[in-house]
Amino acid sequence: MNPEFFVISLLNGFSYGLLLFMLSSGLTLIFSMMGVLNFAHTSFYMLGAYFAYSLSGSIGFWPALVLAPLLVGVMGALFERYCLRRVHKFGHVPELLVTFGLSYLVLELVQLVWGRSTVPYGLPPLLQGPLFTLYGTQFPRSRSFIMLVALLMLLAVWLVLTRTRIGLVIQAALKHPQMVEALGHNVPRVFMLVFGGGCALAGLAGVIGGNTYITEPAMAASVGSIIFVVVVVGGMGSLAGAFLASLLIGIVQTFAVALDYSLAGALAHVGVQVGEGSVGWPVLKLTISQVAPMLPYLLLVLILILRPKGLLGTRED
Amino acid sequence: MTATHYRFKPWNVGRFLVWTLFALLLIAAPHVFTSSLALTMLSQMGYLIIICLSYNMLLGQGGMLSFGHAVYTGLGSFITIHAINMAGRGEFPVPLVFMPVVGGLAGLFFAVLLGYVTTKKSGTTFAMITLGIGELIAAMALMFPEFFGGEGGVTTDRVYGQGLLGITFGPGIEVYYLIAAYCFTCTAAMFAFTGTPLGRMLNAVRDNPERVEFMGYDTQQVRYRAFCIAGFFAGVGGALAAINFEIVTGVDSVSMVRSGGYLLFTFLGGATFFFGPIIGAVLLVLASVLLSELSKAWLLYLGLVFLFMVMYAPGGVASLIMMNLRLAKYGKLGRLWVSYLGLAGAGLTALLGAAAMVEMTYHLQLNAALGPQLHFLGASINARGLTSWFGAGFVLLTGLGLFELCRREFLRQWGEAQEEIEREIKRQEAL
Repeated sequence: MNPEFFVISLLNGFSYGLLLFMLSSGLTLIFSMMGVLNFAHTSFYMLGAYFAYSLSGSIGFWPALVLAPLLVGVMGALFERYCLRRVHKFGHVPELLVTFGLSYLVLELVQLVWGRSTVPYGLPPLLQGPLFTLYGTQFPRSRSFIMLVALLMLLAVWLVLTRTRIGLVIQAALKHPQMVEALGHNVPRVFMLVFGGGCALAGLAGVIGGNTYITEPAMAASVGSIIFVVVVVGGMGSLAGAFLASLLIGIVQTFAVALDYSLAGALAHVGVQVGEGSVGWPVLKLTISQVAPMLPYLLLVLILILRPKGLLGTRED
Repeated sequence: MTATHYRFKPWNVGRFLVWTLFALLLIAAPHVFTSSLALTMLSQMGYLIIICLSYNMLLGQGGMLSFGHAVYTGLGSFITIHAINMAGRGEFPVPLVFMPVVGGLAGLFFAVLLGYVTTKKSGTTFAMITLGIGELIAAMALMFPEFFGGEGGVTTDRVYGQGLLGITFGPGIEVYYLIAAYCFTCTAAMFAFTGTPLGRMLNAVRDNPERVEFMGYDTQQVRYRAFCIAGFFAGVGGALAAINFEIVTGVDSVSMVRSGGYLLFTFLGGATFFFGPIIGAVLLVLASVLLSELSKAWLLYLGLVFLFMVMYAPGGVASLIMMNLRLAKYGKLGRLWVSYLGLAGAGLTALLGAAAMVEMTYHLQLNAALGPQLHFLGASINARGLTSWFGAGFVLLTGLGLFELCRREFLRQWGEAQEEIEREIKRQEAL
């Protein structure tokens, strides 16, 4: 492993991990506040990308960067107000089911409006090309932009939650909703705001993730399961845990797809020759890049066995 | 404690009657619907009933929302298909009749193995862990082509050895009766399970886990054991699917889409009643075979129906049936039928308008090359014409308006009938 590969993979892993964090932060906020696991969270991510694609065609990318997340946020708030709140009294499982149904619906509607194949959602001129060159390999501006936006977003969320009045109300409503309600705050409206805000964060991730990676109907499903892994590995409801887990999974996945080592190779290195006929050859011959898609889920199972509350979680349930 | 319903003694005649009817229905169905399409659909319903019921053991009885049930049905299918192939080569002398048990044991084995991690948590975390494990197995399916057969899947021939009493399981009807026999046995076994101490404890764990812990039970153990039993029945269902189709593919059988389908239809059928998933399984086959033929937008309709069901009738179709049965029992259904007729008429009108608009949009999106004309319910409409859009919108709005009027009237009558029933029950209690 040469330093060039190491540094570039690390940077790519960071930018992917930060994108995951933009998604999982909204999910964690919604979950820790309302106890609702928003199954349609990545559907809002996808909507963000598609809205930005349509808007950037008419008003340009930079206004779309602001407008698309706002639109997604409003849709999320409306969904909370008219669907989620209605099933709230039935308990958490119907809440999860209603978001599950929404994810079906959004996927179908996106395919209906924008078609079943990928859309040409390109980068604006300012973000095209490399930002800097390291060891002869270029690092693209778009990925640096993801890192910048994610870090700014992290800062903004932190400031809002700890330094503003509404942030304090949100934090209080996390722990003691009844008490906050008794003090005269409209807790259902706070819930609606948090849900809308979380969806807007997902939409923002979609706007910048959609043109850096790819905008297609399958984009919601491709990150959907991963961010649930992030939330469990980081610890349910812990924002710092989600941050750590996002980076961990982003970096592990980026490195894994590029590594071509297998158990058979390792055995050969220590002097044990294995081949077609050996016991367990189907397992031995697998390279790390081949098992890359299942690594996050393997990590999930390991964490659940070794540390059930997650990396930084405090809840045991 | 007072009994909530009348029990026949010493024989439970009502229950005996229902199960006999179920058995007769299974026997008679292929003679009523004789086409080969109907036979395939009936076979699919047979094993899907087992799978949906086993899923409901988790969702309805245990309150465990699983997103990875296809793991156990799929792995059951794969083990069965390899077992059948081995039996065909003479290495595993087990007749086909017992192959579903092999699949069930495979499902049980994987449930014992994976369920330990899965059932450590309950509620939302449980859902996420099942999702993770489902993705893990789905990713593995592409990684080990030796076992999962890669893209093409694994095929088999279910006719091997000498047949028993002339039954070779070559023709579809013989396979149907094999599936029907297993369907009846498994349904009966799963119904019996609801009455066992474990089944009752499972309900308790669903409703109030804290109290169960205080009583000295280990809630994880209760969930784990129920999970294993559900895994067994899922495996039986998977094995029957493999026998029916003689092919299993890794991309499809263990996929998350499958798991999502089981969840969706079990819930639509009704998770709060034992017989709900049976309705769900029938709906699943009808939707995926007939509805997908009728309309390209069927997933959209399905998503909408699901969303409305969760919001307005979280007990599924089964709860709707039971609510009306209750009305009928007290003789109040008769006066509601006018409202029902009105609701259905208005609802159908709204649906017609909405469906015309959806179909026109789909037509423009998918069949743009075929021109703007499309056939909808026998009429030819122009998807680009302003009049057709205006007409459809007008029909939709009229339907919605009428529906709202009927709904208000219906709700008033419904509330009245419910109050009368409550009073009637109170009066009987007082006697």
